[in-house]
Amino acid sequence: MAELHAQNLMLAYDDTCIIPNLSVTIPDGQITVLVGANGCGKSTLLRGISRLLKPKRGSVVLDGADIWKMPTKQLAKQLGILPQGPTAPEGLTVHELVAQGRYPHQSWLQQWSREDEHVTQEALAITNLTDFADRPVDTLSGGQRQRAWIAMTLAQDSDTILLDEPTTFLDLAYQIDVLDLLHDLNVARGKTIVMVLHDLNHACRYADNLIALRDGHIVAQGYPSDIVTADMVYAVFGIACTIIPDPITNTPLVIPSSKAMNSKSLTNSFNPQPSWVAIRG
Amino acid sequence: MIKQTWITIRTPLFSYKLDKRAPWIALLLLLFMGIVLVASISYGEYHITPTEVLQTMLGTLPQDHPQYRQFHLVVFSFRLPRIWVAFWVGMALATSGAIMQGITRNPLADPFLLGVSGGAGLVAVALIVWIKDVSTTVLPIATFIGALLTAFMIYIFAWKNGGSAPLRLILIGVAIESVVGAFTHIMLVFGNINQVQQAYVWLTGSVYGRTWAHVHTLVGWLMVLLPMAFLCANWLNMLNLGDDTAKGLGMRVERQRVILLVISVALAAVAVAVSGTIGFVGLIAPHIARRVVGASHQALLPISALFGGALLVLADLIGRWVISPSELPIGIVTAMIGAPYFLYLLYRGRNG
Repeated sequence: MAELHAQNLMLAYDDTCIIPNLSVTIPDGQITVLVGANGCGKSTLLRGISRLLKPKRGSVVLDGADIWKMPTKQLAKQLGILPQGPTAPEGLTVHELVAQGRYPHQSWLQQWSREDEHVTQEALAITNLTDFADRPVDTLSGGQRQRAWIAMTLAQDSDTILLDEPTTFLDLAYQIDVLDLLHDLNVARGKTIVMVLHDLNHACRYADNLIALRDGHIVAQGYPSDIVTADMVYAVFGIACTIIPDPITNTPLVIPSSKAMNSKSLTNSFNPQPSWVAIRG
Repeated sequence: MIKQTWITIRTPLFSYKLDKRAPWIALLLLLFMGIVLVASISYGEYHITPTEVLQTMLGTLPQDHPQYRQFHLVVFSFRLPRIWVAFWVGMALATSGAIMQGITRNPLADPFLLGVSGGAGLVAVALIVWIKDVSTTVLPIATFIGALLTAFMIYIFAWKNGGSAPLRLILIGVAIESVVGAFTHIMLVFGNINQVQQAYVWLTGSVYGRTWAHVHTLVGWLMVLLPMAFLCANWLNMLNLGDDTAKGLGMRVERQRVILLVISVALAAVAVAVSGTIGFVGLIAPHIARRVVGASHQALLPISALFGGALLVLADLIGRWVISPSELPIGIVTAMIGAPYFLYLLYRGRNG
């Protein structure tokens, strides 16, 4: 059981304070999603709790130990972080990338043990990349590339994985592909997942625990169905919206209001069920 | 099952992963090196056939051979030391360049990025122009210290917010290098013409007249620095994934980057101290190596080293041959081979 807890955290870049004072507990074994408008501090918070950004004040504690006082490799065995938009050097193969995830388990002399080899193969298999192992990462499609990076954090073999916007720059099919993979990792392997997502509807679908931020403060935290309301969306994003149940997952589906509704919805008012409404699969 | 593109070396104490192609490329390079070495010793105003070169080196030349003594003198005292110097200097510069390119994630970085050539050059020119007859034992030590001091200064200036971003290192390096270069030029402009010419030869890089003492200094340092570099190769793979990813994997990025910088600067400084500033090897050898064995530094560093060594041994031979009986300094030959290759790289990059 690994519980990640931040207490009275103050995070800042140079003199710009992003998060003045924030305390949060990340529930173990769940998918936690951070949402909020651009610049609300969600990525900063993720960096703060993963030791990428040193807090000006406050502490981050994992299993009772301050993450800034632990040996770096020991923390990396328990907590993996995938930064936003990582790039692999030209020509690096998928296998080489994924094998790099074994770093915290290696030493100066033991650089490639049997276990390293085994775990790397398994990470490739879980992410369906075994057939692409010797392909350079820069020749893969966006979705496969993101899977390769996730495979690297899997090879790291930590109970908790933090991801900063793992679906940016991916088209819709790959977004779902990546999110389904993370969902499987949580359900089948009990990984605790913490990620920043832009799309509130994706967040509602996949999160067990949703954290909504505005201006460095937590506006709401909890199970999406319990906390996502029109008022909450207005408080976080500053937009009016209608919320209906997602027809597939029954989670909240946020439909923003739009100026287009005045002109376009009227033209279809004669046809209550438009011809494009169809459900596949 | 996936196609395995690497080989594993595994003992209870030690395990290591290496690109499958690396040992074969290394063998080929050593073979090539051997051929060029024999050709290079054989070539010259005093001609010795390759067979006689091999016999002399292996000690199988009969004692009663009419030119036994001359052969020994020419092979062991005149030609072999300078060729060895070229080989080890090439290894040092290429490894140093590969490390610099890895640290900065910039394929245009070279061993002299942190002012090593400028610092060494300033000290060397100052000594040659002012003190005149500088002893060959003092010059390498003084230039070594000059190189390290300049590198240290650049690193200090680049430090900000508890870190040294690669881009800041490059920019500050360029700035300091040009300041140091300006001082060097002042001395060259106002120096005595004879000493200035001597200083110029040193600045372009030369292995002329190098002795076994130089070889021993080089090998002594490189026996320590090269294995250290090879054992730290994986850190470069980590840095290449970006600072954040490397930190997330438990790497102490700033500390390990400093260790790598020190190794790289020391390698370049040792080379410069012995042979002056030989350009382009440190830039080009890692490029060629990367295309042959890929991006993983466990193979890239040793293969770069061998390419660098072979390249300089070849450059030395070309320099002695092209305008014989006079000779071109090795630094000019590397520039003449290196610059066109570099343009070709940029041209390819533009279309790719």
